[in-house]
Amino acid sequence: MIPATAAVEHTTSRTRRLSLRARPSWRTVKNRLMIGLMFAAVALVAIPLVAVLWSVISRGAAIAFQHFPAFFIDTIPVVSRRPGPGMGPAILGTLLATGGATLIAVPLGILGAIYLHEYGGADRLARLVRFMSTVMTGVPSIVMGLFIYLVWTMRFGYSAFGGALALACLMLPVVIGATEQMLRLVPAQLREAAYALGATRSRTILTVVLPAALPGIVSGSLLAVARAAGETAPLLFAVGAATAYNPDLFREANTALSVQIFGNANSSFPAAQDRAWAAALTLVLLTFVVTLIARMFTARLALKR
Amino acid sequence: MQLAELRGHKQHADRAFRVLAIGAAGLVLVILGMITLVMTRRAWPAFGEAFFTSTRWSAAEHIFGALPFVWGTLYTAAIALVLAVPISLGVALFITQVAPPWLKKPMVYLIDLLAVVPSVVFGLWGVLVLSQHFGLGRSFLTAGIILAVMITPIITSLAREVIETTPASEKEAALALGATRWEMIGASVLPHSKGGLVGAVMLGLGRAMGETIAAALVIGSALGQITLDPLAAGNSMPAVIANEWGEADAAHKAALIALAVTLFVITIAVNLIATAIVQRSMKRSRGT
Amino acid sequence: MVAVVEPARLPPRGPRMVVDRKAAAQVPETPVVFDCAGVEVYYGAFRAVRGVTLEIQAHQITAFIGPSGCGKTTMLRALNRMHDVIPGARVAGRVYFHGIDLYAPEVSATEVRRRIGMVFQKPNPFPKSIHDNIAFGARINGVRDRNELDAIVEKSLRAAALWDEVKDRLKHSALGLSGGQQQRLCIARTIAVAPEVVLMDEPCSALDPIATARIEELMRELKSRFTIVIVTHNMQQAARVSDRTAFFTTELDSRNDRRTGTLVEYDATSKIFSNPSDERTENYITGRFG
Repeated sequence: MIPATAAVEHTTSRTRRLSLRARPSWRTVKNRLMIGLMFAAVALVAIPLVAVLWSVISRGAAIAFQHFPAFFIDTIPVVSRRPGPGMGPAILGTLLATGGATLIAVPLGILGAIYLHEYGGADRLARLVRFMSTVMTGVPSIVMGLFIYLVWTMRFGYSAFGGALALACLMLPVVIGATEQMLRLVPAQLREAAYALGATRSRTILTVVLPAALPGIVSGSLLAVARAAGETAPLLFAVGAATAYNPDLFREANTALSVQIFGNANSSFPAAQDRAWAAALTLVLLTFVVTLIARMFTARLALKR
Repeated sequence: MQLAELRGHKQHADRAFRVLAIGAAGLVLVILGMITLVMTRRAWPAFGEAFFTSTRWSAAEHIFGALPFVWGTLYTAAIALVLAVPISLGVALFITQVAPPWLKKPMVYLIDLLAVVPSVVFGLWGVLVLSQHFGLGRSFLTAGIILAVMITPIITSLAREVIETTPASEKEAALALGATRWEMIGASVLPHSKGGLVGAVMLGLGRAMGETIAAALVIGSALGQITLDPLAAGNSMPAVIANEWGEADAAHKAALIALAVTLFVITIAVNLIATAIVQRSMKRSRGT
Repeated sequence: MVAVVEPARLPPRGPRMVVDRKAAAQVPETPVVFDCAGVEVYYGAFRAVRGVTLEIQAHQITAFIGPSGCGKTTMLRALNRMHDVIPGARVAGRVYFHGIDLYAPEVSATEVRRRIGMVFQKPNPFPKSIHDNIAFGARINGVRDRNELDAIVEKSLRAAALWDEVKDRLKHSALGLSGGQQQRLCIARTIAVAPEVVLMDEPCSALDPIATARIEELMRELKSRFTIVIVTHNMQQAARVSDRTAFFTTELDSRNDRRTGTLVEYDATSKIFSNPSDERTENYITGRFG
């Protein structure tokens, strides 16, 4: 709270300024200074974003579009110091792993959120799950990768599906959280209207509540997909690092854009580094497009309200 | 009217759906439980007496002292927090209290954009640009900077949410007393959001400690360094796991899993506390 | 839906309000639909309503009136088990529907609500098209045939006096309708399920006088096909549309010092508004209380 004396001081200083145009008081100076610092913070945030995007675009585009479209189609050179394209198998691998993860995590996450909001509410199990789900969003992705390695890859070998499992574990709590938030926004009157028509609970949820919350759920899920598509650590343990196309979701080592960037970034050969930049450009474009689509759904939601 | 007419006949489907939903929610508990169980069992042999006390890590000799990596994790996370917290708070306050309405949305988009850039891309930039052209080398500081860039959007957006729960009436109360905008922030906004902000910072801390790939690329992968020198090359738990897993034999793998368990326990503890703090403060500010 | 019930199958009735037959002469005696005795509704430990005993008769409009907090809405929701969806809510006493205990374990709440529909205080159309709003109920009752659905939609909209206004934009979102139209849509949606009873919870409180007049007119028309129970805070409305009126009020609950709702008087509407037997009713309708 502002002490009363400060308020009095302020009124006097303002009258003085009105009549005599006195110098601004230290309080005004401090206010300006702090707001100036906030501007500085905004600038400091923008710098790395711009710098990273500039590097990725300038260095990545040179390679990716010099060999267009070969870069996006050709297989990855087995000898990494050899210059030239491509990243085709990695693009496919990323799509397979991310797509698989989406198919697993989104339905389960939505169902879980339905339990939390529509059935559980405030009972003990729901509160525990809600809490642990928030905690689960903080599990380091490398831990999730190792976990999947131990329970899946050790038995069934490298595959895109192993990566999908790891990514699904990372996505699940995010989808649950986003969906529950959206379900909370669906007015209770809609549910009552359906109940009063004799609809069962599941019917009400599936035909009234979910459609009403759908744009928000889609948006939240897509953001989780974008995040998952950029993950590296869990894929290192589960997917492998193949150089040829592998369209089989369940068998044989695969690869992914992020895995290729990681491998090539560690390399000292310029050709490999070039490929890393171009792959980074591809990955950034991919995640930004998904994010953009998510934003469009959010905008639609905002329009409807 | 017959009683039979009022008997339900669609209840099986209803019950099945409910069971399905409970199962999906329960999956969260199952996965967390399995992670703890499976990984601890695998790592158990590696948790020798020297694991947390020794500073020597030599895979060839099967000597595994994790202390330098624990230090590296904590030190880089600390650097990241020192850099990220003031910036995040500044941006969150700017967006919520200072920015004109038309600027708010673009600012939020900018922060969100920063959050979607994959960590491996930050790592790539860190190793090929930041460490080479700014004289930082691969070091604790480089890792700290990259981690700071990565956790800034997380802390900012959480802080923004928390700050926005400050009731307009409390802010107006301060302004009506003649407070400047900064005095209003100090009198109403910060005290109101304190708990939530602490939680937001802790969630950022958890994320910084668990971040693997960017750290693995820029931290330098030096063994046995426990030093305060920010320009020294070091190592952190997740970086060691990512960098050494490929060539590890069975005992080495067990040690790496032990590192992962350690990391898991630390990050989960930080997250548990952070989540509890955030939830409590949100609840209080909603007045329920 | 069979509304005619053989009197012999009705269970013995408990003590009830004494109805002044002479004053009620102009209200015909029709079969009893709801037979309630000693109804109490609890929200957790809080007793919101106590000791409600009344009979509601077929093809009449029964109004629940009273000051806010008197439990009239709570009582209404007890008639189609809407309390089931509120955690911690509990109904005690007897609520018989054509002689069947609505709260018997083998009775399904969803079946009850199909036969006893409800229209809410605030219009609550689904964020779907006008057509799909009406068709929702038919679909959950297994109607799949498009033509049949279209016929139901038209019939219900006509019955709700909305057809002419919306027939050209059935595929448009229901949220584009005015408040009064939305409420008539909700009524159409309710009667599309062909319930026997329509419960209305202050259906006009969010509407302007013209829209209110249309809904009241609609209620009078629907009376021949449905039994209607309406909660209203508007005494004139009760006087205008209802055949029988139940007056609720609040009183101190001796058990925990909190206010609880109870039924004071239940009689023919003309009797309640001209010559009430209870002093509290008289005070309320003459504006001395509430």
